[in-house]
Amino acid sequence: MRKKELSFLVTFHTTTGAMAMEKYCHEHGVMGRLIPVPREITAGCGMAWKAPIEKKEEIQLLIQKEKMDADGEYEIEC
Amino acid sequence: MIYLDNAATTLHKPKEVTAAVVKAMTQMGNSARGAHKGTLTAGRIIYDTREKLCRLFHGPGPENIVFTLNSTEALNMAINGLIHPKDHVISTDLEHNSVLRPLYRLNKEQEVELSFVAADKTGCMDYNDFEKLIRPETTAIVCTHGSNLTGNLVDIKKVGRIAKEHNLLFIVDASQTAGVFPIDMESMNIDVLCFTGHKSLYGPQGTGGMCISKDVIIRPMKVGGSGIKTYEKEHPADLPVRLEAGTLNGHGIAGLGAGVDFILRTSMDQIREKEQALSKRFYEGIYPLSNVTIYGDYSTNNRAPIVAFNIGDYDSAQVSDELAEVYDIASRPGGHCAPRMHEALGTKEQGAVRFSFSWFNTEEEVDQAMKAVSSIALEG
Repeated sequence: MRKKELSFLVTFHTTTGAMAMEKYCHEHGVMGRLIPVPREITAGCGMAWKAPIEKKEEIQLLIQKEKMDADGEYEIEC
Repeated sequence: MIYLDNAATTLHKPKEVTAAVVKAMTQMGNSARGAHKGTLTAGRIIYDTREKLCRLFHGPGPENIVFTLNSTEALNMAINGLIHPKDHVISTDLEHNSVLRPLYRLNKEQEVELSFVAADKTGCMDYNDFEKLIRPETTAIVCTHGSNLTGNLVDIKKVGRIAKEHNLLFIVDASQTAGVFPIDMESMNIDVLCFTGHKSLYGPQGTGGMCISKDVIIRPMKVGGSGIKTYEKEHPADLPVRLEAGTLNGHGIAGLGAGVDFILRTSMDQIREKEQALSKRFYEGIYPLSNVTIYGDYSTNNRAPIVAFNIGDYDSAQVSDELAEVYDIASRPGGHCAPRMHEALGTKEQGAVRFSFSWFNTEEEVDQAMKAVSSIALEG
């Protein structure tokens, strides 16, 4: 298994919200990728946006500016 | 075969549609189930298709596009999910059974009262009748954008304005018009737009959906798998997943996306002008035949590309069969699932032969169709 590292994670209300986030970030060169939601956050299922921890503020700003369908924001080892 | 039954389904699709479906069938996982390459490919294609449809209909956002199997499913979900027992609903004589039957069932089972704006012998309505039929308990207007039998268009902007003025929900059936005629959810005050993918959007059968305006909350017809919030007993409430329980038809939606791309690339105006020109050419070709009766309002050229007619008192089924067997021309006879429209036109017994045109038809095909109809008419 790869070593876990502290990351910034965003969860979404819907898969459509996750896809919108991915599309925006890819188009604007924002680092990160979609991963399955880790169990520490929810024992359900779904996708989360994982980004390096140093990108936290940049991502928080874009979520606000672009009115992304974010459900929760986390700093977590994953 | 000369295919002139495009109002039933477009048989000839852009080659990009077929290619998109084949590609999807070799690359797509199940959207929203995990986060591997296959599921993300599916999620991206489905999301892109939502964006394109939202642009096409000027909807509020991609999340307001909900996928269904077809218009019938979308209309059932909208009608059953928004109308309450003892409500009063206004609809029209132009409607297809996909609107009528859900309404009739609510009338029978939930005491929903129904009123219909009447059509005259050319299939036209008096728009003042919508307001005249409004009662204190009226909650919705359900209306087609274009008759699947005559091709007459409905001025949905005008009807939408009436609905807004009286605070009524406005549900529109765009089965015959999506992709050919401009639709603007916002300026037309549409609350729910129901569309099918396999007609003028050039997608595969088994695709369709709804575009839902903000603040309209539809009770889901089905709940179940969502890919998210597994341990919650209730199905997620957010759109679009609220109304999309179970695995989506991702392969079909990929094709639908390619169909919408084709429309946006070709331009809706160009598609409409060509189809209307073909339709007019056919109409003008058969109009002079003395024993041909054509149905609909031809005082305007702004019509869906449909020409419905009968030859003398021939059974429409016999004429359609003759066209298919002798001339290899595909048309549609009978009732076209539009019982009230046939009653208004006086064609309940005879039905009607319907020719409907698409971007992929040619003037040569139309001329051959005219000759075939002339030959049958001259025999009579």
